[in-house]
Amino acid sequence: MRTRTRQRTFGALAVVIALIWMFPVYWMLNSSFLPYNRIRAAEPTFLPLNGTLSAYGRVFDSNFFDTLRISAMVTGITVVAALLFAFLAALALSRFRFRGRRSFILAVLIIQMIPAEGLFISQFKLLEGWQLLNSVVGLSLLYIAAVVPFTIWMLRGFVNGVPRELEEAALVDGCSRLQAFFRITFPLLAPGLVASGVYAFLQAWNEFTLSLVIMTRPENMTLPLWLRSFTEANRVSDWAGIMAGSVLVAVPVMIFFLLVQHRMTSGLVSGAVKG
Amino acid sequence: MLLLPALAILVAALGYPLYRQAVMSFQEYGLAQQFGQPPEWVGLDNYVTLVTDSYLWTVIVRSVLFCFANAAITMVIGVALAVLMTLVGRGPRLMLQIGLLLAWAMPHLASLTVWQWLFDSQYGVINWLLLNLGFEQFAGHSWLIDQLSFFVVATVIVVWMSVPFVAFAVYAGLTQVPGELYEAAQIDGASAWARFRTVTVPLVRPVLLIVMLLQIIWDLKVFTQIFVLQDAGGITAQTNLIGTYIYRLGLGEGEFGLAAAASWFVLLLTVVLSLYYVRVLIREEEL
Repeated sequence: MRTRTRQRTFGALAVVIALIWMFPVYWMLNSSFLPYNRIRAAEPTFLPLNGTLSAYGRVFDSNFFDTLRISAMVTGITVVAALLFAFLAALALSRFRFRGRRSFILAVLIIQMIPAEGLFISQFKLLEGWQLLNSVVGLSLLYIAAVVPFTIWMLRGFVNGVPRELEEAALVDGCSRLQAFFRITFPLLAPGLVASGVYAFLQAWNEFTLSLVIMTRPENMTLPLWLRSFTEANRVSDWAGIMAGSVLVAVPVMIFFLLVQHRMTSGLVSGAVKG
Repeated sequence: MLLLPALAILVAALGYPLYRQAVMSFQEYGLAQQFGQPPEWVGLDNYVTLVTDSYLWTVIVRSVLFCFANAAITMVIGVALAVLMTLVGRGPRLMLQIGLLLAWAMPHLASLTVWQWLFDSQYGVINWLLLNLGFEQFAGHSWLIDQLSFFVVATVIVVWMSVPFVAFAVYAGLTQVPGELYEAAQIDGASAWARFRTVTVPLVRPVLLIVMLLQIIWDLKVFTQIFVLQDAGGITAQTNLIGTYIYRLGLGEGEFGLAAAASWFVLLLTVVLSLYYVRVLIREEEL
C-alpha cells in the first residue's frame, strides 16, 4: 500500500514537471494566435479561443520566403554532400583494413568536437579570400565539414551492423560485387542513411553561429538569422507575429527531430549506433 | 580512395582555417590589413596583449564559472528526472518524456525567442506570475539589464535545453541495469538508497561520465544563447563569454590577429576535454 501512494506522488510530480517543461512550447503556439489587444493585456490569455491567424499573415508578408529558399538550398547541399562523402568513408572504414584506419577514426571523433566558436574567425577569412562570403556554396562547405565527422561515425555503426556473410552469400549465388552491394547491403543501410540525413538536415537548418558570421547581408539570411532580425524589428510592437515566426521555424523541424532522436542519443553515448 | 572526398572537405574547411588561424595569431592583422596592407609578423605580441589584458581573464573566468554551473545544474536535474522516470507508472513517464522531447526538439533560435517573450518586462508571463505571487518588485522588471540576472536567465534557458539529452541518456543507462541485481541486493537487506548507491551508480557510471563531459564541452562554447540575449538588452561588456568575446573582437572590431589568438584558448580547451571523452568512448567499445 505504501509503495502505491509513493508511486502516485512521484507520478504527480512527473506530470507537473512535464507541464512546466513543455510550457514554453505551448506558450509559443498560444501567443501566435492572439490578436494585438489580447497579447498586450494586463492579464495573459492562456487559451487562444477565438484566435486569429493574422500574425501568420504578417510573417508571410515579410521576407520569410526568401530566407526559406536560402535555408533550403544550404540544407539541401549539405545533406546530399555529407551523406555521400560520409557513406563512402564509412564503407572504407568498416569493410577494409588499411594503414591509418584507426587514427582516421580517432581523428574523426576528435574533429567532431571542434566548436565553430574556436574556428569561425579563420573560416571567415578563408571564405573571404575565396570570394565565398555571403554565398550558399561557402556556408554549405563549412556545414558539410561540420557534420561529416559525426555522420561517418553514425554510418560506420550501421555498416558494421550488416554482416559481411550476407554479401558473400550473394557473391556465391552469382551476383557481381556491385550487384551484391546494391541488392543486399544498400537496402539494409537505408534506415541508417535516413537517420544520418535527418541529423545533417537538423544541424544545417538550425545552425546560427556560422551563418551569422558568413551571411552578413540581409538578403542572404538563413531562417535562424531571419528570426533574429524579425524579433529585433518587432520586439516592441508585435510579439504575436514573432511567435508565429517561431512556430514556422520550429514546428516542421521538431517533427523530423522526433523521428531520429533515439538514434542520436545512442550515437553520442555509445559512440556508435547499434540499431 | 573512398575516404578522399570526406578528407578533402575536412582539410579545406577545417584543416586549412586551423593553419590560417595559427599564422594569423602571430600577425598584426587589424582593420588596415583588412583593406589590403600586408600583415606584419609580430611574433607572440597578440598573445602577450591578450594575456596581460585583464578583460580577457574576466571573460575566461566568467565562461568557466558559467560552464561548470550550467553543467552541474543540468546533470543534477537530468539525473533526477531519469531516476524519476524509473519510479513512475507508464502514463506519467510518457508524459514526462513528451515534455522533455518537445523542449529538446525546439531549434535554439526559436527557443531563445520564446524565452525572451516569457521574460518580457512588460507583458511577459513570468513577471505576471511573480507579481501575482505577491512579489511587487517584478512589475515591469527587466531581467537582462543586470549582470547576475542576465546569467540567471541564460542558465534557465541553457538548462531547459540541455536537460532532456541528459535525462534520456541516463534513463537509457538505468534501464540496462538488470533487475536481478536489485532483487539480490534487497534480499541482502540493502535499503533503497544503498541499492541506488552500490548497484545503480557503478553500473551507469560510464554513461554519466560521457554525458557530463559532453555537457562541459557544450557549455564551454555556448554562443548563440548569450549573443541573442545580449541583443535583447544585456550589456555586452558585462555579459561576454569567450565565444561572443571572440566574435566582437574579430568581426566587430576587426582585430583578427587578436581574435585568432583568443580562439586557440577555446580550441585547446575543447580538444583536451574531447581527447578525454574519446578515450572514455573507446574504452567502452572496441574499434
